[in-house]
Amino acid sequence: MENIYLDHAASTPIFPESLESMLPYFHSDYGNASSLHYAGRKAKHALDDAREQAAALLGCSPQQLLFTSGGTESDNVAILGTALHANNKKRHIISCKTEHKAVLETLQHLEDEGFSVTYLPVDHDGRISLESLKASITEDTFLITLMAGNNETGTLHPFEQVGQFAKERGILFHIDAVQALGVIPFHLKSIPADLVSFSSHKINGPKGVGLLYAADNSKLTPLLYGGNQEAKKRPGTENIPAIAGFVQSLEMTINRLDEKNKMCTDMRNTMLEIFYQQCGENNVVLNGHPTFVLPHILNVSFLSCDTETLLMNLDLAGIAASGGSACTSGSLEVSHVLQAMNLPTNVMHSAVRFSFGYGLNIEQISKAAKKTATIVQRIRK
Amino acid sequence: MYYFDHSASTPPYNEVAEVYKEIMGKYFGNPSSIHHLGVESEKLLNKAREVTSRLLNINTKEVVFTSGGTESNNLAIKGIAYEYQHRGKHLITTMIEHASVYECFKQLESQGFEVTYLPVDERGLVSLQQLSEALRPDTILVSIMHVNNEMGSIQMVEAIGELLQSFPHVLFHVDAVQSIGKVHVDLQKWQADAVSFSAHKFGGPRGVGLLYKRSNVQLSPLFVGGGQEHGFRSGTENVAGIVAMTKALRISLERQPNAYDHITKLRERLLQWLGPCADVMLNTHEQALLMAPHIVNFSIPVTKAEVFVHALEKHHIYISTKSACSSHESKPSRVILAMYQDTVRARSALRVSLSDEHSEHDIDRLGQCIKETIIQFKTDLIRG
Repeated sequence: MENIYLDHAASTPIFPESLESMLPYFHSDYGNASSLHYAGRKAKHALDDAREQAAALLGCSPQQLLFTSGGTESDNVAILGTALHANNKKRHIISCKTEHKAVLETLQHLEDEGFSVTYLPVDHDGRISLESLKASITEDTFLITLMAGNNETGTLHPFEQVGQFAKERGILFHIDAVQALGVIPFHLKSIPADLVSFSSHKINGPKGVGLLYAADNSKLTPLLYGGNQEAKKRPGTENIPAIAGFVQSLEMTINRLDEKNKMCTDMRNTMLEIFYQQCGENNVVLNGHPTFVLPHILNVSFLSCDTETLLMNLDLAGIAASGGSACTSGSLEVSHVLQAMNLPTNVMHSAVRFSFGYGLNIEQISKAAKKTATIVQRIRK
Repeated sequence: MYYFDHSASTPPYNEVAEVYKEIMGKYFGNPSSIHHLGVESEKLLNKAREVTSRLLNINTKEVVFTSGGTESNNLAIKGIAYEYQHRGKHLITTMIEHASVYECFKQLESQGFEVTYLPVDERGLVSLQQLSEALRPDTILVSIMHVNNEMGSIQMVEAIGELLQSFPHVLFHVDAVQSIGKVHVDLQKWQADAVSFSAHKFGGPRGVGLLYKRSNVQLSPLFVGGGQEHGFRSGTENVAGIVAMTKALRISLERQPNAYDHITKLRERLLQWLGPCADVMLNTHEQALLMAPHIVNFSIPVTKAEVFVHALEKHHIYISTKSACSSHESKPSRVILAMYQDTVRARSALRVSLSDEHSEHDIDRLGQCIKETIIQFKTDLIRG
């Protein structure tokens, strides 16, 4: 049986080139980048090169990039670091109900500490409205944190307008771009954001490494204390092999962005088309915005087909899909994202996320779509 | 190349690099995903947790995988301080801790906690007497490292753990980053509540560490969102790194008894080179039982420590000044200063850290080159 992996929003296979680029740092160049001697300097050079390369690819300067242990840490540092910085006297943050847990739980933690948070509602497509955002701003607002594209539905927020507006009002803007990176154009020079989180394993890089972009005006108090690494903002011996692998994946992804965008768009359209044809348009509901969407994510509900039953059957048929975010999919609760979109109960209970990426071809997508449709019809009987 | 900086970072074992590569290439599922690829990753993760807990003689629920030693120390110290601050705000540590412990306490001081920094004697040891005098009704945490990363002194953590049994309101954290695989580690005997480890110090990959956290101890997490690692450490698990670390842990614990004997001999041999040298002041105590054998620290006041390190590089010999994490600071070593209160000595301190893969020949080469380099500097001095 052929296995078809359609859960690229949860994690992605590493590029062989990226894995290859990590190996020298295991076998020969194992020096600690903080050491004074040659082995240390060699590691430091590798780190500096990686940072410069990442900065060039993302459109910022190297000293604006902080390597972290992943997307969760990046989100935590961006939000907690800004909120808890000694210079910050304000107490109000604006976010959205459909953020990733790494953001939502961090905000809840801040609420316990006396901060107040406005969680913007979304429409049925999962988008916030600029008007409600503008209306929720108070004198006390210091931060807006919003994901670029949603990890469950792919819906894109109008993050450029939000950023522009935040800039005019002198409010810091954090974007969780973990899902958007490498799928849509995301050049920091043209995006009005002060803080942006990225994760390596979502773009075919190794797990355990991420990036935080922090513009020069953003003041962060670190979460970790210790040595002098990452300008003291993120101490700990630098994970050079993973950083090298991440930047290799970043380069391959950014340089072939158009190709990936088109490939994912084709896959998404193909799959949806087959679902409509074989299951009937009335039985398939597309969740998320029809056009403002990350092309690698397709969230659909097969009415009267329970999510878990379907996922289990798909898995048996070799198709790996997901019910929502991997970070919450272990639990049986209904996705907070779909809930915030105010979808009918039967839609929420039958939602499945398919997500695309490298290593897949369009034939596999049609095959998976047809198999899925067959399974859906079998379950419905 | 003669690499004598194993306390800064160790090369991963070949088997470890192989495992890392294999898992990274084959098992990319997110362990939180419910499909078979996720389940496969989760199985690997569970297996690693099981093996780790067996190797350390602890419970699987007591293992928290982190991104490294710095995170483990931050999570243990701040996690305990924030979680238990309602009981009191007094903390105790030592003057010779690693930066990732020391700076946490500095941060906590700025947040209204009170910290006692215990001094050490010329052997680099804290006194049990002073510790028990420092304990107060509002003390909530004692954090003491096992093996010091700059000069190798071994604290009496077992005796400290025993002493703290009479103070049930005090939690005990041990930074064991430098000791695991080098000296005997017995978490049950230490009676510690939290112990930090870092993979790349024992032949594992960088970017992974672990924190032992006694099952009844609560921690306020540093990162939230996702609830991985029993909620104490959110974020997609670095499966390849974790499995590779587990492999390294197994190998280094298997090798530990023989490594200890071999490295002890190497240390004695190095001390024979350094001892008779009038220009060398040994900072590491000669008594082997008080010291981890893999770290030898000495001062050569004929020049600045950095200059000496670079001079040895000409012979392809790599040693270090102090902790790598603070090596770019021009300040004298805080550890050596705490031991001897001598700035010259602390400014010229050098650290050699050994592995069981070194040979007697390597040590002779090191000893010879140190001697020659000293002579070179002295000749230059005389010539002006």
